[in-house]
Amino acid sequence: MTVKPFAITLEIGSSLANKTGSWRVERPVYVDRLPPCSNACPAGENIQQWLYLAEDGSYEAAWRQIMRDNPLPAVMGRACFHPCQTACNRAAVDETVGINAMERFLGDRALSEGWSPEPAGPATGKRVLVVGSGPGGLSAAYHLRLLGHEVVVYESSPLPGGMMRYGIPSYRLPREIVEGEVARIESMGVRIVCGRTVDDLEATMRDEGFDAAFLAVGAQRGKHADIPAGDSARILDAVTLLHDTEDHEPPALGRRVVIYGGGDTAMDAARTARRLGAEDAVVVYRRTRERMPANVEEVQDAVDEGVRLKWLSTIVGTEGDVLTIERMELDADGFPQPTGEIEELRADTVVLALGQEADLSLLATIPEVAVADGVVAVGADMMTARPGIFAGGDIVAGARTLTDAIGHGKRAARAMDAWMAGHTLERPARHALATPERLNTWYYADAPHAVRPRLDAARRTSTFDEVVGGLDESTALFEARRCMSCGNCFQCDNCFGVCPDNAVMKVDEAHGYRFNYDFCKGCGLCVQECPCGAIEMVPEES
Amino acid sequence: MAVRFYQVGSFAVGNRLANRSDRTVQSDAERANSLTSGHRACQGCGEALGARYALDAAMRATGGQMVAVNATGCLEVFSTPYPETSWQLAWFHSLFGNAPAVATGVAAALRVKGRGDTRVIGQAGDGGTVDIGFGCLSGMFERNDDVLFICYDNEAYMNTGVQRSGATPPAARTATTEAVGANPGNPFGQGKNMPELAMAHGIPYVATATVADLHDLEDKVTRAMEFRGARYIHILVTCPLGWGSAPSDTVRVARLATQTGLFPVFEAEHGEVVRSSPIRRPAPVEDYLRLQTRYAHLFDGQGNPARPDVIAHLQAMADRNIAKYGLIEEEVSSS
Repeated sequence: MTVKPFAITLEIGSSLANKTGSWRVERPVYVDRLPPCSNACPAGENIQQWLYLAEDGSYEAAWRQIMRDNPLPAVMGRACFHPCQTACNRAAVDETVGINAMERFLGDRALSEGWSPEPAGPATGKRVLVVGSGPGGLSAAYHLRLLGHEVVVYESSPLPGGMMRYGIPSYRLPREIVEGEVARIESMGVRIVCGRTVDDLEATMRDEGFDAAFLAVGAQRGKHADIPAGDSARILDAVTLLHDTEDHEPPALGRRVVIYGGGDTAMDAARTARRLGAEDAVVVYRRTRERMPANVEEVQDAVDEGVRLKWLSTIVGTEGDVLTIERMELDADGFPQPTGEIEELRADTVVLALGQEADLSLLATIPEVAVADGVVAVGADMMTARPGIFAGGDIVAGARTLTDAIGHGKRAARAMDAWMAGHTLERPARHALATPERLNTWYYADAPHAVRPRLDAARRTSTFDEVVGGLDESTALFEARRCMSCGNCFQCDNCFGVCPDNAVMKVDEAHGYRFNYDFCKGCGLCVQECPCGAIEMVPEES
Repeated sequence: MAVRFYQVGSFAVGNRLANRSDRTVQSDAERANSLTSGHRACQGCGEALGARYALDAAMRATGGQMVAVNATGCLEVFSTPYPETSWQLAWFHSLFGNAPAVATGVAAALRVKGRGDTRVIGQAGDGGTVDIGFGCLSGMFERNDDVLFICYDNEAYMNTGVQRSGATPPAARTATTEAVGANPGNPFGQGKNMPELAMAHGIPYVATATVADLHDLEDKVTRAMEFRGARYIHILVTCPLGWGSAPSDTVRVARLATQTGLFPVFEAEHGEVVRSSPIRRPAPVEDYLRLQTRYAHLFDGQGNPARPDVIAHLQAMADRNIAKYGLIEEEVSSS
């Protein structure tokens, strides 16, 4: 035994013997919250997760994460109205993250690199009919195929794609993109039969031995307004205009074109009219610009291309090339009311863009499937009143966007899979929302949005070339890294650094961090300094 | 201005995407942890945090070849109740008032033994630095002894029950400066500006830092170790107990001290300021004061100013710092 110096009688001990965790009344826990982007995505994409993967250049993994929910990233990276960006928390710091541009970048890269989707699941022996090859039908077909079902898609048009081909002009969505992504779905074993119209759903299912059907025929018929018109008036609807333009048989519009309506289709029709040679394209809409349903960016693009907008106006009659327009005003409830003030407007053609409706005659033999106002009634699982028949896209109540249709297809596919197996689908509980007040934005560097290049206006009105360009690799990486990762740890090491008690441990890159509750005093500093709100305090059990 | 590439820029402790060299010492799982777990500091203690930040950075800068000399005070009491200790480096406890002199002696002894490559850090709270240890510290500066002295400034004698020190700011309530009647708490016009006193000695390096900017703090400790001779770093460390702030707000409060201008962050070489940290998100002093019950007498129960005269006086001090140290950058036209 060593002889100890005077006054030292005890071995030196470490404070690690003192378990300060006993002081704690609340403990921090790591949580995953639902970011507002994903919450807003009609297709239910896990956006934060795929941006996280893209941030370090793992583009294929990021694309595969998108493909878990949406089989058409290159299409949606162009045509989606990105409610995710409207919801993005980064708006409070500088500008929202360019999620849509990132999705396009990943979708395009998948096409150019030829990444193939996950293979179809093991065969289930079930056979499913999908009616319509628009985004809803293709989404359902893709997800059903992943689950191992045999899928046949019947499409009445000569080419697949539905509104992606016949509704959205090619300057917004080039056709080779649609074709590339459709071909990829076919490569998984989905059979798409074009030029095949289903007139009687029940008979088709019975005769061809389908176990279930997903109905996504879309709203293909333009609605007409009751406008008193003389013989010589030239009136057509926007759906026909877009469809015939796609079929390379564009109608002769003349020099002056009036488009009647204020939705996205009205903007598409007006911009298409400009490209077909109309020198003057005027959108007539009965309310104000603020109240028009068209997407704000679409309206701006139309204005940039020389489309004129005429607000608070209705067409009350047409004779020859003269339109009679009545000025409207908004009442206290925001509804347009006639004022009796009349003016005239000259037009060679009037294009009606007053909404679309579906042709649902194929359901005539199935009376229990309720159809009202062109909308098929479905439950939360997208199933109609007839077991085994599901519906989605523009023929069910909802926002009627491409992205909604993709979400419907996914939801229906999972419900159909469960229904065919004889059980009902349990949807997992949604995580609590990652709200902006939970963020500590101090830690995010100022980083403005990487803007996608836009085609010069001069070229835009003469060609159907794509207007909005894509991100290149450096801008894409930058854009992905602007994601604040709301509600989900992105491994910034702040908790590990700011703990005065050294009570946060690093596990590894895949698993982040772990609290050492032996020493955590429950001060909550890690919660406060977590940039993305991925830690919360919970009461300690007494 | 160059666009910062990472979503957390250089503000967070680390980031999986950042280069190793851009991450802090604290982000390293193999950091020294000079002050390890099990210490008895209060919840959310800014001094425990600041000491680990500073010493881990110094341990990396010296390759672990260093000795710390610690004055009596909170930092010593909560870390080393005999026979336990939280220190994981060569550590030496001295009296309350003589830590700078002991550090001088350690440095001299090392030099005599031919171990001048082993560096010495003296450390104390604001009481041990500004008040009781000031004579020894001034001597250490004057002799330009090869010691980095770090003051962890929590602005009062916290360990003994929150009594006023020479570093207690005006208007703060302490046990010895109660806000009674018209008295605003600690009187204006008293106390010492220790960083400027250090600069007045003309020593090679003086810097201020806070626990709210880890990158800055580590850079300064690392920079200090590049000099020989007397160096001084003054680190503002939030004291939830004495300041009456929430333990979870320790970094937030320190950040507001800098963003209001009340605590200027700068560095000086040979008596001249060479760099100051610009304010990124300017805030009025009320934002800082409201979070601390030591200033509760300046507000009514609803958080509205009850003593606008005192608050205006504090704001004037902050504005003076902003002007003096150039804390708000003039708008530079971007090209």
